[in-house]
Amino acid sequence: MNAVDLVGSAVSNTFRAKTRTLLTILAIFVGAFTLTLTQGLGTGINAYIDDTVTAVGASDVMTVTKPSDSATTIGTSDDGPAEYDPDTIASGQPGPPGATVVSLSPDDLDTLEGIDGVLRVQATKSIAADYIEGADDTKYVAAIGGLVAGQTVQLTAGEQPDDGSDDLQVVIPVSYVEALGYDGDTDAVGGTVTLAVTDAVRTQHAVEAEIVGVAEESVASPTGASITPNSALTDELYDLQNAGLPDDQADRYAQASVWFADDATDADITALKDRLEDDGYSGVTVADQLGTLKTVIDGIVLVLNAFAIIALLAASFGIVNTLFMSVQERTREIGLMKAMGMGSGKVFGLFSLEAAFIGFLGSAIGAGLAILAGGAISSALSTTLLADLPGLTLIAFDPVSIAIVILVVMVIAFLAGTLPAARAAKADPVESLRYE
Amino acid sequence: MPTPIIQVTDVRKSYGRGQNRFDALKGVSFDIAEGESVAIIGKSGSGKSTLMHTLALLDAPTSGSIALEGVDTSTLAGRRLNRTRNRTFGFVFQQFFLTANASVLDNVVLPMKIAGVPHAERKRRGMAALEQLDLADKAKNKAVNLSGGQKQRAVIARALVNDPRIIFADEPTGNLDSSTGAVVEDILFDLNRENGITLIIVTHDEDLAARCDRRIVIRDGLLVEDSRPNGPGSADTTHGRHGAEGVAA
Repeated sequence: MNAVDLVGSAVSNTFRAKTRTLLTILAIFVGAFTLTLTQGLGTGINAYIDDTVTAVGASDVMTVTKPSDSATTIGTSDDGPAEYDPDTIASGQPGPPGATVVSLSPDDLDTLEGIDGVLRVQATKSIAADYIEGADDTKYVAAIGGLVAGQTVQLTAGEQPDDGSDDLQVVIPVSYVEALGYDGDTDAVGGTVTLAVTDAVRTQHAVEAEIVGVAEESVASPTGASITPNSALTDELYDLQNAGLPDDQADRYAQASVWFADDATDADITALKDRLEDDGYSGVTVADQLGTLKTVIDGIVLVLNAFAIIALLAASFGIVNTLFMSVQERTREIGLMKAMGMGSGKVFGLFSLEAAFIGFLGSAIGAGLAILAGGAISSALSTTLLADLPGLTLIAFDPVSIAIVILVVMVIAFLAGTLPAARAAKADPVESLRYE
Repeated sequence: MPTPIIQVTDVRKSYGRGQNRFDALKGVSFDIAEGESVAIIGKSGSGKSTLMHTLALLDAPTSGSIALEGVDTSTLAGRRLNRTRNRTFGFVFQQFFLTANASVLDNVVLPMKIAGVPHAERKRRGMAALEQLDLADKAKNKAVNLSGGQKQRAVIARALVNDPRIIFADEPTGNLDSSTGAVVEDILFDLNRENGITLIIVTHDEDLAARCDRRIVIRDGLLVEDSRPNGPGSADTTHGRHGAEGVAA
């Protein structure tokens, strides 16, 4: 029997006991469906994170801070009170509440510039705005974020802030649009807002700026739910905020952005971080900040996949059972085929191929329906529960992982089929033909 | 005298061991010439089915040898054994052993499918065999929908399709009424006469056995009679070469 006939016979044998085959396929279907969905969940979320990281851009930038010795105020220290450091300021970096960092002085910036692998350094001017006020007369608290060159925010309307322009421009987050008194995202673009800062001698200054864009809120937004000014506005606000400070106090930054070669490998980046650490700095890339998130998601997907695999294992016993019954039923046929000169290897192949085919049917149907269901769930959730995360396709599918799911199920089915197939292959033709 | 197609020399076959040992064949010897029609007769439990299985190489004898065209079959194994069975033998069984839900044609071409004959040729030769047995119009029917006589004709077509040298028929008319049984017998003997296919029929039907050239009677695992009532030497009732010895044992 040649290979094509073997496969053909296996396939047609599958449909001989339709009900039994159908039930086995259903069992596999459940496992494959679950596996495909959980796989899709991982793919969808991770693709979203990847997309946002790419959209954020500036993959060749890391944020550098100088951690203070008395790192946090959480917990008690046996060493007694930490020594006062006049350069310690609150950090804008993610960390435990109350974490402080030592501010970066122009000297630090020079040191950073001198570190091997650092191409360019730019201090991040942090601005603490008092309020923002729009067309409505209500004042709202606002956090001011900053973009470094190369970074972008994801916009729902308008344009990116133009750092080359002398006009005072600002991009506001979606959540501010209605509060500031605009009807919609596009309506807000072109509007004027007032931002206020307080300087060192407690005088409040108000600055008017034009809204040029409205930003999406996403997990990976470089600025979070904060106002993004352009360079001109940043400089303006920063200067106003520092008015009245002695010169040696003015140039103090919580953090700085450091550029490295954009073709740097992970190892290069790690090496650069190590060198920064040797000099008492700590560097974090955008990918680092999101890496933790990805690890958590991968972990969850792994656990879900494990459940799906358990379902598949249960289904594989169904295959064993189905095929044992099939072998039992076809004992005479097997005997006849062997009497007619069919080798044991071919008989084994016939039954294990049948198992693999049942696995293929179950997994293909399961994967197909999972894709449909996943699409429906994603689009339903994206307008309701996950409406705050535009651009997120919760369950996405890529052809490679689906092919892998189908292959894995077929391999499991094939392995389950080997037991009955071996019994069929061992059957003695004389005994089989005598079987009533 | 040409080499006999089958030479059976002191074949013994036993099952089980020790206390449970059962000797199905206790030393049987005979030759079958090409083109003969041979009836192997015996009651159930006489060992006639065991003898047929060993002749058809489905079972190896415990001792003794079976030579096929002068070749000791114990030297055949694995692929060669399978190929020899596939090319040399055709089988007709009392219970038909047709796959119920497959078409008649699919059932008939099974030996060629096993042999790896290409699809088109399978179909052509399968249809030719069905034509020969007046079943061409039933080719697409499911085997389960045939009458008993039609089923047995389909089985004969299947046995024929690979141009075998020997057809083994195990109670070929056992499940048929006498008129359809007679038709099936006619077909088998026609094949024997016209195509020169050696016919080995295992039966306990004396009427069927009487139509064969030669009758071999098995009782309790021994050959007790080997006669040619219709054959060239119909007068002689020679016993097997080791017949007397066998009785003594």
